[in-house]
Amino acid sequence: MTATLNPPEAERSEKPASRRGDRIFAGLARGAGLTILLALAAVFIFLFVEGWNGLNAEEATYRPATDFLGYIGPLILSTILAAIIALIVAVPFAIGIALFISHYAPRRLATPVAYVIDLLAAVPSVVFGLWGGRYLADLLQPVHVWLHDRLGFLPFFGPDPASPNGRSLFTAGIVLAIMILPIITAISREVFAQTPRLHEEAALALGATRWEMIRYAVFPYARSGMVSGVMLGLGRALGETMAVAMVLAVTPVATLNVIGTASPATIASNIALNYKEATPSRQSLLIATGLVLFAVTFAINFFARWIVGRNERKQAKA
Amino acid sequence: MAKSIDVSDLNIYYGDFLAVEGVSMTIKARSVTAFIGPSGCGKSTMLRSLNRMHEVIPGARVEGKVMVDGQSLYGPDVDPVAVRRSIGMVFQRPNPFPTMSIYDNVLAGSRLNSRKLSKADADDIVERSLTHANLWNEVKDRLGKPGQGLSGGQQQRLCIARAIAVEPEVLLMDEPCSALDPISTSAIEDLIHELKSDYTIVIVTHNMQQAARVSDETGFFNLKAAGQPGHLVEFNATKKMFTNPDEPATEAYISGRFG
Ligand SMILES: Nc1ncnc2c1ncn2[C@@H]1O[C@H](COP(=O)(O)OP(=O)(O)OP(=O)(O)O)[C@@H](O)[C@H]1O
Ligand SMILES: [Mg+2]
Repeated sequence: MTATLNPPEAERSEKPASRRGDRIFAGLARGAGLTILLALAAVFIFLFVEGWNGLNAEEATYRPATDFLGYIGPLILSTILAAIIALIVAVPFAIGIALFISHYAPRRLATPVAYVIDLLAAVPSVVFGLWGGRYLADLLQPVHVWLHDRLGFLPFFGPDPASPNGRSLFTAGIVLAIMILPIITAISREVFAQTPRLHEEAALALGATRWEMIRYAVFPYARSGMVSGVMLGLGRALGETMAVAMVLAVTPVATLNVIGTASPATIASNIALNYKEATPSRQSLLIATGLVLFAVTFAINFFARWIVGRNERKQAKA
Repeated sequence: MAKSIDVSDLNIYYGDFLAVEGVSMTIKARSVTAFIGPSGCGKSTMLRSLNRMHEVIPGARVEGKVMVDGQSLYGPDVDPVAVRRSIGMVFQRPNPFPTMSIYDNVLAGSRLNSRKLSKADADDIVERSLTHANLWNEVKDRLGKPGQGLSGGQQQRLCIARAIAVEPEVLLMDEPCSALDPISTSAIEDLIHELKSDYTIVIVTHNMQQAARVSDETGFFNLKAAGQPGHLVEFNATKKMFTNPDEPATEAYISGRFG
C-alpha cells in the first residue's frame, strides 16, 4: 500500500487521509446496529415459529378459557394495569428525585442520593419479589381497605372486597414501581444535568424562580430523554417476571379491580409460573403469549414516540 | 423609574478564586455606563454581580456593598428573583429558549411577572419590543416559529427584545453586539440612546468606538498580571476617558498600545 502514500494531487483531494478512519467507524457502527436488529428479528422468528401452534390449538389447551383470545385477554389486562400503576407511582417520584439531584440538592447530598438510587437497580428481582410478597403486602393491606372504602365506586377499587393479605395487583404494581424507579431517575438526571447553562441563565435573568427556570429551560430540553427513560422503565414493568409471580395471588378471571383478593397473572409471570409443568402444546401457547407481550411492548413504544414526535412537529410548524 | 447603583469595595469570588477586587463606582440613573478592558479582566463577572446572576454559579459569592437607589442589593431580606425582575440582562452569547416560538420568547419575562396577559396586551408588547430591537420587520410574518431558527444576530436581537419587554429599571448588556452586523449594531446603539431616557444601562464592550459613541461614563478594568484579580483602573466621564484619561494605563489601552 506504500504506493498510495503519494497519490497524484487530484486523487488525494478526493480521498483525504481521514476517510479510512471514517469508513472503519461507520462500518463498526453499522455492524453494531445490524447485529441488534438481527438479534431482535431472531427473537421474533423464534417466538413466531415456536408459538404458532399455540395460536390455534385444541380447546382443552386454553383451559379455563376456550380460545387464544379468551386465554390471553385477562393476562394482557393485568400486564397493562400493573405497568400503569407502576408508572403512575414511579414517574413523579423519579422525576422529582432526578430534579432534586440535578438542580436542588447541594453536591454533598446529591452524590450519595444518586448512588443509593443506582444501587436499587442492582437488587435482583427475586429479592424484590420476596420482600414484596412477605413484607410490603402486609404493610399495604390497610391501604387496600382505605382505597376500597373511599374509592370503591371506581371499577379499579371495587365492588369486590379488598384483599385480606395485600397480595394484589396493586402491591405488585408498587413493587414494579420501585424496580423501575432507578432507570427512570438515572436517565432523567443525566439529561437534566446536561441542560445548557445558557438557557438556565436566560430564565434566571428574567427573574424566574428555580421551578420556573426548570419549566422554561430544563423540561423542554429534557423531554425526549425523559420519554426514553419512562419507556425503558415501562419495558421493564411490562416484562418483569419473578417479582410479580411472587407477590400476586392469581385467578384466571379477568377483573379491573386491582385491590381484590386475586387478579390474573401478567403475561411474563404467567409464563414463569407455568412453563416447567406444561405439556408441549401448552408450552407453545405460553410462547405465543410471549409473542403477544413482545408486540404489545413494541406497540406502546411506537405509540409513545409518535406522540412525542407529533408534539415536536406541531411546535416546529406553528 | 431608573435607578442609580453605588458599588463600594466589591470583591467577587468564584469559590476561592478572587476574580475582581476592590471595585468602587457610582453608576448614574438615566445614563449609559460602559465597561471596557482586556479579555478575562472580570467585566462580565462585575456585570453579573449587579443583578445577582453571579451567585447562580456554585461557589460564587461577593463581598462588599452594592446599593441600588440606596437599598442594599445583597441585604439579607432581598430576594434575588425580585432583583432580576427589575434588573434585566442580555448575555454575551444569544440564548433564546430553543423550544419556544419567537412570540413566546419575547413574552417569557412578562409571563413570569404577571401571569394574566390579554391577547391584545401581549401582541402589543411583542410588537413594541421587537420594533425597539430592530427585529420586527424580519420576523413579523413568522412569530410562531421557534427562536432557534433565527440567525445568530437575529437571536441576539430577540434576546434584547425579551429583556426590554418587561421594562426593567436597569438593563445590563454583556457585549450585546459582538454577534451583530454593522446595521443591527447601529440599530442597537440607537435603541440604547432611546432607552437611556427611561432606563439605567450598563454595557460591556470590546469596541472602543462603541463605548465612545453610546456611553456617558466608562470604567476601564485591567489585570495587574496573569492570575491576579481584575480591578477597576479608572472610572470617568467617557469624553474625558477618551481624550485625557487620568491613568496612563487607560490611555495605553484605548490607543491600542496595551501593556
Ligand atoms: N464560572 C466561572 N468559574 C470560575 N472562574 C470563572 C468563571 N467565569 C469566569 N471566571 C474567571 O473570572 C475571570 C473574569 O472572567 P470574566 O468572564 O468576567 O472576564 P471578561 O472580562 O468578561 O472577559 P471577556 O472579555 O473575554 O468576556 C477570569 O479569570 C475567568 O477565568
Ligand atoms: Mg465577558
